[in-house]
Amino acid sequence: MTENQVVLPAIELVSLVKEFTAHGETVQAVKGVDLRIGEGEFFSLLGPSGCGKTTTMRMIAGFDEPTSGEVHLHGENVTGVPPNRRDVNMVFQSYALFPHMSVAENVAFGLRRKGVAKDEVTRRVGEILEIVGLGGREKRRPGELSGGQQQRVALARALVNNPRALLLDEPLAALDLKLRQTMQVELKRIQREVGITFVFVTHDQGEALTMSDRIAVMNDGRVEQLGSPREIYEHPASKFVAGFIGTSNLLSGTVTELRDGAAVIGLGGDERIVVPARTTKVGSELELTVRPEKIDMRTEEPDGGRSRVRGTVTEVIYLGTSTNYNVRTSTGAEVVVFTQNASNANDIAVRGDSVWLSWEPRHSYAIGA
Amino acid sequence: MKLLKGRLLHAYTLLLVAWLVLPIAVMIAFGFNDTSSKQNFVWEGFTFEWYARLFEKEDLTRALVNSLLIALLSTVVTTVIGTMVGLALGRFRFRGQGTSNFVLFAAISTPELVMGSSLLAMFVQLNTPRGFVTILLAHVMFSIAFVAVTVRARVVGLDPSLEEAAADLGASGWTTFRLVTLPMIMPGVMAGAMLAFALSVDDFVITNFTSGSTVTFPLWVWSSTRTGTPPQVNVMGTLIFAVGVLVALYNLWSARRRRTT
Repeated sequence: MTENQVVLPAIELVSLVKEFTAHGETVQAVKGVDLRIGEGEFFSLLGPSGCGKTTTMRMIAGFDEPTSGEVHLHGENVTGVPPNRRDVNMVFQSYALFPHMSVAENVAFGLRRKGVAKDEVTRRVGEILEIVGLGGREKRRPGELSGGQQQRVALARALVNNPRALLLDEPLAALDLKLRQTMQVELKRIQREVGITFVFVTHDQGEALTMSDRIAVMNDGRVEQLGSPREIYEHPASKFVAGFIGTSNLLSGTVTELRDGAAVIGLGGDERIVVPARTTKVGSELELTVRPEKIDMRTEEPDGGRSRVRGTVTEVIYLGTSTNYNVRTSTGAEVVVFTQNASNANDIAVRGDSVWLSWEPRHSYAIGA
Repeated sequence: MKLLKGRLLHAYTLLLVAWLVLPIAVMIAFGFNDTSSKQNFVWEGFTFEWYARLFEKEDLTRALVNSLLIALLSTVVTTVIGTMVGLALGRFRFRGQGTSNFVLFAAISTPELVMGSSLLAMFVQLNTPRGFVTILLAHVMFSIAFVAVTVRARVVGLDPSLEEAAADLGASGWTTFRLVTLPMIMPGVMAGAMLAFALSVDDFVITNFTSGSTVTFPLWVWSSTRTGTPPQVNVMGTLIFAVGVLVALYNLWSARRRRTT
């Protein structure tokens, strides 16, 4: 899904700014965010802690009011409307289940506030608990459930209201790895089933890549890049995004030649880096990234027009399905290479070996060019 | 060595329990003392007579009723005001918060005798006739801090996202308080209320300064010591104690029930 396909945005943020004052000092947590989130989209706000993603979400929910800017839900300006009169629901990081109420009472809370008839409440609560896989646990107290089950109750309690959008604040952070992976798949399934817009806040790039239709990578109160998981992973728009999403190798050098829309960085002898770049010129400094799994490593010289750099293996880390190599290039850069252990042949190289690294020019990206 | 340590701990525990229980046991026992003298000091035999003749001394009965009435009223008023103070202090940051906390601490730590005499001076200055109302005012005043502190502790431990979740699900401020906040802080409120009742029902010092001609149970007992305290006093003490034990047992039971269902 690309930006111009979003016709009527479920959520639209216009130049959103949030300042906090603490001890007489004003800090800008969100520094002007513009976003259009489409109907039925699984949208992630991804970034390190303190990047403003949670504050942005709290402004959508209505817990924090923007210092300036507007929040629109389905074309309606809801800036200044209190959270209990906004048609969005939130799943809290701590789940925030009411411990003195049963599972059914927790889930029914929103419907009761709206004055929905009693037997309809019972029916809808039963339905949603079935969808999240908690049928038959209506009478339990939250304290008697496991972390994963509490997570599902929190999800059901929000979804049962049929909100315009569901906001999820790091909902999987408290679960262990195995459960987190199960819940990632579950969340995606539930979202498909109910068709509600999900806005997912996370600092876990793997989680965002797995589940999202689109991701907004946030840093220091701003959106650094907006795009599909593939776009963000393959074409990081900035050094920050390249470093934050997955493992990325950062290389740099002086452009020595331009050839068919690509810049060539000659490194002397038969070593060179070729990278697609349209707006650069000979003599300028260029930074580029290349993902570890795109690099081919071998002891004999590679052929053709590929990027090719010599290096020395400094570390070999065996990981079962793959092996990671740390290589110091002839230019002094540290590069990580992932190789699949497809056959049970011996390792390509051992520590101290001289190797050739090579990759297709289209697998590397010049930053800011 | 380990065995010896275990035995020592055992003996120490028993000694401590005895220390706590013995005075209460004496109070209960002398309510059953078949005494004929004015002073109820020597054990003379077992009888239920004093239970049968519990309300025989009219002025003692009136004093007990006064005490219970004052304790009940002051507990209700104190619990409402103290809970609001505790909520404000535990939930929000505001100008004058430090001062408010200090005033609470001062109310708890000021010597009772000094506070009592100062209250008397104040009431005299303001030309207020001393009696039931001034006792009530004084009791509310010195117990608010205790309720506020217990409730504040509970509020501080409360996850603020619980109230946000209620608002998110469409609850207004009042509904959120009624359905989420109040049930969550209820144990603190109940503990504060019991503390307020216990402080009021047996307060002597401050009551003595602010009572005028009104007599409460502790004042009656004190004045009777010169002429001889009748066994009915022990019986009344026993009954108040029994009610306290029942309330404590109920709390224990309901807390356990909350945990298991």
